[in-house]
Amino acid sequence: MRLLKLIPDDTHIPFVKWRHIAVSLSVIVVVASAILLFTRGLHFGIDFTGGILIEISTDGPADIAELRRDLGGLGLGEIQIQEFGQADDVLIRVQAPDSEDEAASQRVVDMVKAELGDRAVEYRRVEVVGPQVSGELVQDGILAVVIAVVLMLIYIWFRFEWQFALGSVISLIHDVMATIGVFCILQLEFNLASIAALLTIVGYSMNDTVIVYDRIRENLRKYKKMDLSELLDLSINQTLSRTIMTSGTTLLALAALFIFGGAVLRDFTFAMIFGIFVGTYSSIFVGAPVLLAIGVNRDGSGGAAQTAKESAAGKA
Amino acid sequence: MLYFERWKVVLIVLLCFAGLAYSAPNFVPKAQLENVPGWLPNKQINLGLDLRGGSYMLLGLDTRGLEHSRLQDLVNEVRNALRDVRVPYTGLGIQGGMVTVTITRAEDVEKARVAIDNLATTVSGNVFSGLPERDLLVNATGQRIDVSVTEAAKLAQLQAAVQQSIEIVRRRIDELGTTEPVIQRQGADRILVQVPGLEDPQQLKELLGRTARMNFRLVSNAMSAQQAIATRTVPAGTEILYSAEEPREPYLVERRIMVGGDRLRDASPGFDQRTGQPVVNFRFDSIGGRQFGEVTRENVGRPFAIVLDNEVISAPRINEPILGDSGQISGNFTVQEATNLAILLRSGALPVDITILEERTVGPGLGADSIAAGEIAALIGAAAVVVFMIASYGFFGVLAVAALVLNVLMLFGILSILQATLTLPGIAGIVLTIGMAVDANVLIYERIREEVLAGKGPVPAIETGYNKALSSILDANITTLISAAILFQMGTGPVRGFAVTLAIGIITSVFTAYTVNRLMISVWLRRSRPKAIVL
Repeated sequence: MRLLKLIPDDTHIPFVKWRHIAVSLSVIVVVASAILLFTRGLHFGIDFTGGILIEISTDGPADIAELRRDLGGLGLGEIQIQEFGQADDVLIRVQAPDSEDEAASQRVVDMVKAELGDRAVEYRRVEVVGPQVSGELVQDGILAVVIAVVLMLIYIWFRFEWQFALGSVISLIHDVMATIGVFCILQLEFNLASIAALLTIVGYSMNDTVIVYDRIRENLRKYKKMDLSELLDLSINQTLSRTIMTSGTTLLALAALFIFGGAVLRDFTFAMIFGIFVGTYSSIFVGAPVLLAIGVNRDGSGGAAQTAKESAAGKA
Repeated sequence: MLYFERWKVVLIVLLCFAGLAYSAPNFVPKAQLENVPGWLPNKQINLGLDLRGGSYMLLGLDTRGLEHSRLQDLVNEVRNALRDVRVPYTGLGIQGGMVTVTITRAEDVEKARVAIDNLATTVSGNVFSGLPERDLLVNATGQRIDVSVTEAAKLAQLQAAVQQSIEIVRRRIDELGTTEPVIQRQGADRILVQVPGLEDPQQLKELLGRTARMNFRLVSNAMSAQQAIATRTVPAGTEILYSAEEPREPYLVERRIMVGGDRLRDASPGFDQRTGQPVVNFRFDSIGGRQFGEVTRENVGRPFAIVLDNEVISAPRINEPILGDSGQISGNFTVQEATNLAILLRSGALPVDITILEERTVGPGLGADSIAAGEIAALIGAAAVVVFMIASYGFFGVLAVAALVLNVLMLFGILSILQATLTLPGIAGIVLTIGMAVDANVLIYERIREEVLAGKGPVPAIETGYNKALSSILDANITTLISAAILFQMGTGPVRGFAVTLAIGIITSVFTAYTVNRLMISVWLRRSRPKAIVL
């Protein structure tokens, strides 16, 4: 039996040569994401804005326009109504009542339920998040991502040299920003599950970068005289097959989840699928070039800056 | 690397069998599990509310209200203390979070200070010192005396209020007859309630949102409520309260309480024998019965009000002294309302107002759909990974798949042992684990491929492959573990479920994909002694 090989055994792809294109692309993506974040902004779910989410199933296909008209007539501020997954499944989002009173939201739920009446055959989900809790969830969410990145930085610093730690964190921030950019462009709902997706992406991206770095470190010991950019290319090529294989199996599993896992998980899964792509890209095109730019300590005598200069000179 | 000592082999095999055994109950219908003897593993994975349906509610205690009512009590205590020592004063009231009073004569200040100081009791101190502390701080400046409640006392009061509230919330929920509700403290002033499998969360909300402070008071005969509203003056010792039902009618009610709700011994829903209306029947304890009897004897002909949370439920006229210890509340209730009120009265009043800060309710339909969708996604995802692995690595792929199956079963087993909660994002975590678990095998096999290409024989190539891949495997998995740990720490409910499956999945995958897989290959090598390996 012939075995499937996605990547030939002995590749010599000059990844490092393409670093200028790759870095420009990455910088554009990160900057664009930052601009999008501040202009268009994230479409925050009720976890972070406070408010009400009700999922109902109706008897037969739902008349969204009619629901929109009737619920809009209640004067509850902005109401979003959309089909969710299938035609007889409707998702209703109501803005948080403009009030410090935590009980106000519960009264809004009662009003919506009264208006829906018999049209709702089943209340599949009711979520109410008050202003106090949503504020805390925002704080905790941001804190979680920041702590994760910092801990990774410390771990890599501990296991490798500081240059590697810096490189991996730069590619992490790159991945997180790119994913946030996609959330902004597609206006996917950004909620607690999205934070979970972001942290998983952080973990995966780190995982991928660490594998490449591990090989770089090994090769640094093995080929003491090799030019750094050549060595980076060699390391990336050696691990390329693994990088693609693992991304492949992970993507297969996530694709199954995306297609068959139901509407509730769809945005969450989509974010992770995107994250796997970016994470794979960054471990090849961001993590390694950063090392080339800041240089690495090759003989343990603290000549990092010098090495960087040498290799830059070597290129010129 | 390929040689295993005997005890290690035994240990690895035992661990695998334990994983299998503990995951087994999940594949058996729940009804059959009851026949399984107790010494066998018989625990299934705990499904989260988002999978089995149910309500999650985060209740917040009104701490400001709690502090305010403490200060109001303090005003009364100070008034009584000053009256006892016959010290004239002016301006007794609450100001800026403390009770202040101005003593009329300068020579009385010391006497007053001592009298107020005697009101203080001790509370157990903070966590650091553990020493008992005073609950009041009395400060005299000139003729003004400020009394404030110490932080330790506020904390102790909050502790007590939370404890008591949890107890009362539990009693109310128990009345609903649901199975396995979770009621626990969260943070300083919050209570987390999880009630699985509830058909109608509305009743739960009605029961939790009410303080249920009930009392019986006389309706004032000084003037009518309409008069009081028209003249905008309320006679001393009275207040205007409105009826609970629409149209909301005002009542001028005496502040003094005839009998408090804490004197109720029992309450149950029933029907009025003459009108057939739903009512709540109640019984006083002996003290309450005596108090009620006395007041009704002295006030025949006057109406009295049954007040619940500052709303008048009904205001019947006292036709004759009510000397028995039982009574009836009729207030145009529906059957449901009468049932709820009886539950509230039976379980007692909350020491503090409670609001629902967060509610997440999932109907049983969505939960069942989620499980079904999750199962399909997991099976298809696993099948795809299996095909891909075998196509890529042939016989070695089969070994990796065997490790993967073992991995998932062990993950189920550990989730069952820990009684961890499986949520919908948790299922996503399992599917993700399936995709990422083979990473270790991929790393090892790719490494072996390289070594074979470099011209090494089967045994040294495999040996080097395992050796060199280990540090990468550990580094890669520890980073993901860090993410999972933070998610667990920060997340609540469903997200926490994701973190749990992800973390356990990482640990089991390193064990199965590295250790168990290595054992399999070492056995295979010894049995077949291959001349070359196909990879």
